Parts: sequence; structure tokens; C-alpha cells
Amino acid sequence: MGKLNSGVPEGELKNKWVNYKDNIDLVNPANKRNIDVIVVGTGLAGGSASATLAELGYNVKTFCYQDSPRRAHSIAAQGGINAAKNYQGDGDSTYRLFYDTIKGGDYRSREANVYRLAEVSTNIIDQCVAQGVPFARDYGGLLDNRSFGGVLVSRTFYAKGQTGQQLLLGAYSAMNRQIARGKIKMYNRHEMLDVVVVDGKARGIIARNLTTGEIERHSAHAVVLASGGYGNVYFLSTNAMGSNVTAAWKAHKKGAYFANPCYTQIHPTCIPRSGEYQSKLTLMSESLRNDGRIWVPKKKEDVEALRNGTLKAINIKEEDRDYYLERRYPAFGNLVPRDVASRAAKERCDAGFGVNQTGEAVFLDFSSAIMRYGKEQALLKGLDENDASLVKKLGQDIVKAKYGNLFQMYEKIVDENPYETPMMIYPAVHYTMGGIWVDYNLMTSVPGLYAIGEANFSDHGANRLGASALMQGLADGYFVLPYTIGDYLSDDIRTGPISTDTKEFDEAEQQVKEQLNNLVNNKGKHSVDYYHKKLGKIMWDECGMARTEEGLKKAIQDIKSLRDDFWKNVNVPGGINEMNKELEKAGRVADFLELGELFAKDALERNESCGGHFREEYATPEGEAKRNDKDYTYVAAWEYKGEPADAVLHKEELNFENIEVKERSYK
Amino acid sequence: MNLKLKIWRQKDANDKGSMVDYDIQNVSEHMSFLEMLDVLNEELIEKGDDPVAFDHDCREGICGMCSLYINGEAHGPDRMVTTCQLHMRKFKDGDTIYIEPFRANAFPVVKDLVVDRSSFDRIQHAGGYISVNTSGNTQDANAIPIPKDDADLAFDAATCIGCGACVASCKNSSAMLFVSAKVSQFALLPQGQVEAKDRVTNMVNKMDEEGFGNCTNTGACEVQCPKGISLDNISRMNREFLSANLKKS
Repeated sequence: MGKLNSGVPEGELKNKWVNYKDNIDLVNPANKRNIDVIVVGTGLAGGSASATLAELGYNVKTFCYQDSPRRAHSIAAQGGINAAKNYQGDGDSTYRLFYDTIKGGDYRSREANVYRLAEVSTNIIDQCVAQGVPFARDYGGLLDNRSFGGVLVSRTFYAKGQTGQQLLLGAYSAMNRQIARGKIKMYNRHEMLDVVVVDGKARGIIARNLTTGEIERHSAHAVVLASGGYGNVYFLSTNAMGSNVTAAWKAHKKGAYFANPCYTQIHPTCIPRSGEYQSKLTLMSESLRNDGRIWVPKKKEDVEALRNGTLKAINIKEEDRDYYLERRYPAFGNLVPRDVASRAAKERCDAGFGVNQTGEAVFLDFSSAIMRYGKEQALLKGLDENDASLVKKLGQDIVKAKYGNLFQMYEKIVDENPYETPMMIYPAVHYTMGGIWVDYNLMTSVPGLYAIGEANFSDHGANRLGASALMQGLADGYFVLPYTIGDYLSDDIRTGPISTDTKEFDEAEQQVKEQLNNLVNNKGKHSVDYYHKKLGKIMWDECGMARTEEGLKKAIQDIKSLRDDFWKNVNVPGGINEMNKELEKAGRVADFLELGELFAKDALERNESCGGHFREEYATPEGEAKRNDKDYTYVAAWEYKGEPADAVLHKEELNFENIEVKERSYK
Repeated sequence: MNLKLKIWRQKDANDKGSMVDYDIQNVSEHMSFLEMLDVLNEELIEKGDDPVAFDHDCREGICGMCSLYINGEAHGPDRMVTTCQLHMRKFKDGDTIYIEPFRANAFPVVKDLVVDRSSFDRIQHAGGYISVNTSGNTQDANAIPIPKDDADLAFDAATCIGCGACVASCKNSSAMLFVSAKVSQFALLPQGQVEAKDRVTNMVNKMDEEGFGNCTNTGACEVQCPKGISLDNISRMNREFLSANLKKS
């Protein structure tokens, strides 16, 4: 077991990044023109990194599996982006954003990285506004904010329920400017299938052209992975259908350590599942918890009546409702962090209070907010605040202006009107805090290979706070990586173009082709989805919101035998040299089948509960997560050694010098 | 419910292609349209047939990757939704459903229901951005107040997902709604003023070059747009284009 060096600069926390920037090596503009960088993925992290690196003068080659970089799944982020602007004058600061993020992550993230994130957060908002991102504004024309879970200030900037879309289109527009100048060469409908390491350094990738099936070699002086998270290991998640771990996993197999795979975020407010055919789950933004109140009935007979359709939610009396988050966590109420809210929903549903036929749903109710806003509007407009139907109408208009697209989405999917009847929600897999291990420079354990955004592990510890993923993606891509990668590339100014005609490229290409051939020639009995669904069920049952030693051991066995079965019996129709969507899926599921096992192994090794990782054996008497700081204040970084079972653990000890480590309480 | 499907099958860009009939049984009304196609594909794979290729990704109506021309309508019979959000409750037992790709000269078919919309990207390369470096040293975000109404209108225009339904719905295969959405977003914001004239000129020229048709104010694009992008944007773009080119000459 080795020790990992995170490369955090010396000095006081608040001066680290400034001093670092003052002392790194730079590459002069003429030399940048001779240096190539590959970026895999075009979400907020990959898009912003590509644009910025190209703008600095590097030759950037960017890859995405979608038909356009604008489609990356950052586009689906709804609620907002955090920044310590303190425009509301409610006591926000860089330190407070840092503090909230470390605490929200249950003291399992790296101090220096998180502080840097908080520090550059304000630049992001300035940058995006300059790019023409249409954030929500108040009537004075200034930017509006709202509040998210786990914090006591309003620091979230938003664009209705489409913040991710607007930010991504901002990054996409910055990319377009560089594509037009020829500084970014864009490879749409391409999937990275391996990273090529030459003399210990990442020097290129093998990619498959998804339109023609052609296998291509691409070289560069550095490779940046911005390929997102691995939530689709659960089959059902809020991720896009194509979101996958392949780029990250192939990098892992080439020497990049994979950190904390068991830290997964299960988001409390998603639309409950409805049937076996279901292909994905839809998130309802956390911003709804600003105004929505979460409850289940207090009485079992009301639950029964709801399930058999003889009682409607709106007819349950106020005193018969259990607003369980407000009851259990009076200080934060409905705005507790996601892991806490999800477990509380599970607890009520496991106790038999789930409000739909599957027993896996709770109510998210806007009636109080509608009346509150309606009264305010009536007063403002000089209308009768005692006219209930008028007040309701006025209130609904305000709620519509704030969350209109989310309400519309809910209505289209569920076929119920959420303005009249409470929404039904249940937790679903949403985000993965774990990912490729990176040092302070965002470089993986393979020199020249970087990981940014959700693909890395670094900033969110064991639980991510709402509206922080967008912040991290853009911070990494716009403001962190462009500095740190320059320091590395300053050694490459004399290297010249990297040849793809070498044995390392030959071998990597050979391996990729072999796997593709195996998949299409197998002609087994079961489709790729058959295996993906089975894997998803194991993951959800044993590695979901609550985990046990016994369940995890079983999961490891089950995943291994499922993987063996997959390689014997999977059926992939069609050929290699054509557009073949089943073949794409098959490669991704093959990697999920390996990652899933490492995930369970990591969860089994971590004998504590922290953030999104909840081991039933380690809970307080009130059922809250119980950390073991003495033994587990470290990052678990796994080194690939053949089979997931053989992975070797490396520990990066976490030191907290600027924050008091204590029990994470939201009561 | 049981349905008859007539689906466009085309092996690759060079193949002629044709409609092929399929039957599908026991479709639940709660399924999304794409989940219905997933089930069909599972059955085809089981039988050893080639599954139907179609584009899709987020399946929550925001990435713009899914398309499909269903019973003669882009994204099908429901309004303000993409195909991935269209649910089978909009159909009834015994229905015959025609499923075709988005058709336009500027959107060549790649395979089956998959089309190439890279012409949209190329229009964006021609001017769909504000030229600001990502230094982080721009002025404070609140330095320029923007009237809420302008900001809201800019936002409404910016919600375009680039799916191409407007083009597929238009009898002229015009991309005016798509292009005008981006032009409007920036035209409504102070940040977009500096380059406004070049932007509108370059984007409109590129649109013509890519082979999109002209606008004849039919308004089908607005009706079929899953995000409700307003025709007002086209008027605004026409004004912008006119004023840019009058002053130039």
C-alpha cells in the first residue's frame, strides 16, 4: 500500500492558489502553437476546458459521443450554480462556501481543492454573464439568487430550471468561437476506447468513429478526461442514456487510480418509477425544496386509502400530515442535504408510509407556497387577500414563473397537475462523487493524463451539495486546468508532434479491436440491456441508499458471475464497421460490470457511514450516518491489477487544518 | 394496447431506404415513445433482426438529441414536448403509427431514423457567441443591470435545444426559428451589441449556404417547437439583419 502525494502547495490556505499561480512555469504563446491537447467530453468541464485551452493557443482536439457538443449531459442540470458573491448580503464568503462544501461532503474531501473552488466561484458568474448567459434577474435588473440544501445563505444563481442548459450553451458558444478559428478540431459521434501511454506519459487515445465504425488513433502532448460520472452503473438513474464510465475505466486500466467509487449521490427528488420497461429516471430540481414541503400521512389507514385511490392527498388534513424533514431537522427543514433527505424518505417508505402503489413515493407539496406567494401578490396589487381562489391564482402564477418548466415536465410524464395536487417523488441515482484520483493539479496518477469535472473525485467528498456540480465543472475547465496543465506542458515545448505510428498505439488499437470483435462475434442469447438491468438491480439492492457487509459481499460475487455470463452469452447484432448502437452499449456495459465490483469492494472496505455511503452497521441511535474519523479520514484510491478483486488500495490521508471536524448535524 | 408501426429503415447514407411494418403488443400507456421503441428493439434483437437506430440521450427533453417525425409531426402529436417525453397515452389501441426521420436537405439521413444535424453547429460557428476570453477578469456580473423583461426574453430565446423540429416541420425546410433564437438571445442583451451586425449577417449567410430554405411565415415551426420558441424571434432577426445590412452598404 503506497502513500499518495496530492501535491498541495505549502502556505496558508487562502494564499495557496495565488502563490501557486505566481510560481508555476508558463508556456510562451509561440510554443503553445506546437502543443496538442486532447479533451474527451464536452460537458461544462470539457467544453470550458477546450475553449480556454484553445483560446490560450494550444491545438485542441475534442471528442464527444453525441452528435454535437451541445448535447452533453450537463445540459440537464436544472437548479443552479453556487458562487460566493454575497450579493444578498446574507453573510456569504469564500470561507463559508468552503466550509459548507467540506461539511456537506462529510469531511471526506481535500481542503485545498475545495478552497480553490470556492475562491474561483465568483469569477464563473462574471465570466458567464459576459458570455451572454441569461441568468434570472430581479426587477432592478440585478442577478437573483435562491437557496439550496445544506446551506444557510442564498448563493445559487439560476436560469429558471434550465441553469445547466444555459451554462453549457455558454461553454459551447465559447467552443464555437475557437472551432471557427480552427483552434479546436471537434470530433462529434466519436467515443474514446483507450488511452495510449508512451514512456509513462499519456500521449493519445484510440477512438471509434460511431458513424462509420472506423478505429482512429489521435496523439497529443496531454489528455484531459471530462467524461462525467458513472451513475448508469445502476441502469436506472437521472444520467443520460449514453453517460458511461468507459473513458475513465480505460484510463484506470492504464494506471490511473480510481478514488472512492462507493461515494454516490442518490437525489431525493425524482419522479418515482412506473414500470419494468422504464429506461431512465427524471429529476425534479432541488430548487423545488425552497418552496415545496415534503410529507407523508401520519396514519397507515390514510396510506392505504391513497394507494387504493379512495383518498386524495389534498383531502388529508393538516394535522394528519407528517412533514418528516421539518420534524427531524428543524434548523434546515426541507433544505437538508441530499443524502439526508434521501435516507429520510427511504426510512418513511420502509416503515410503510409510501404514498403510491409501489410504496416508494412521498409528497412534495406546493400548496403552502402558493398561498404564501398569493397573499404577497394580493397585498402588492391592492387586491383582497382573503379571497382564497384569487390568492391561489396569484400564487400559482409566481410558482409558474419560478419553476414552470419543471411543473410542465412533471405533468407530461405523470399526467397529473402539480399545481392542484402534490407531486410524488422518490430518491434516484444522480451523481457520483467518486472518480479518477487527481492531485492538486487535477492530474491523475498517469503523468499527462488529467481528469476534470464529475470524472474526478476531488471536491465533493462523500456527498455533493446542490448547485455545486456546475460550479466545479466550470471552475476546473475555465480557471484551474488551464494553469495547471501549462506547468506540465512547459516541459514539452521541444517534443514536437507525437507520432501515432508506434508500438504503443499498435497495441492499444489491437486491444480495442479485439474487444469489439469478441462482442459482435459472440452471438449469445441475451441482449446488452438484459445484463445492464441485472447489474442495475444488484447495485440498487446492495449498493444503494443503505449497504451492509453481507449485501456487499453478495454483490461482489453476483457481479462477478454476471460479468462471466455477459462475456459468454451476450448478443450484439450487426457489425463493427457501421453505426451500431448496440455495440456502443455493449462496450459501456462491459466496463460497468467491472466498475460495479470495485464499487462494492470499496463500500465493503469503508467500515463507516459518511455522506452518500451509508452502512447500516454504522449509524447513530437516531439513524444518522456515523463516521469513523480515526480510521477512515482518507481517500481510497484503487490501483488496477487485472481483476477488480485484485485492485490495490492506496490511501491519501486527509488533513483538516482550517476547519473543525465534527459530527455533521442539520438539526 | 397493440399497435402497428411503419418505420423508415435505411442501412446507411447511400441506401435508398423504405418503410417497414412492425407489430407491437401490450404497450403500456405510461411508456414514453422511446421506451416503446426500446421494447421493439429488444424483440428484434431476440429474433436476430437488426434493431432500429434512433438518436436519443438525456430522455428528459433538454439535450435535443432525439428527433423523429411521428404521424407527420415533428416529435409527434403532443405539444411542448420532445419525442422522449411523448407518452403512449397519446395513442390508442389499434393505431397505426408512421415513424420517419426529420427530413431536410441540410439533415441527411445517417441510418434509419438518425440524421446528421451538423449544419446547425456550423451556423453557430459562424457567429453564435460573444467574443470574450475566459480569463475570469471580466467586469463584475452585476456591473450592468439588465431590465428583467429583456433578460426573460433573452432566456426564452436561449432555451432552444437545437433539435431541428422547426426545420423538419417547415415546408421549405427553413432554419429561421433556430437561427433567430440565438440571434435574439444576444440582441436582447447589452453584451451582445458589439458584434450584433456581423453576427446576424454571418449566421444568416451560413444558414443559406447550408441549404436551408426560406421563411414564408407559415408558423409550423412555432407550433411544433418543443420549447415554444416564439415567431417574434424571426421578426427580431429580420429587423436585425435589415438594419445591419442597410447601414453597412
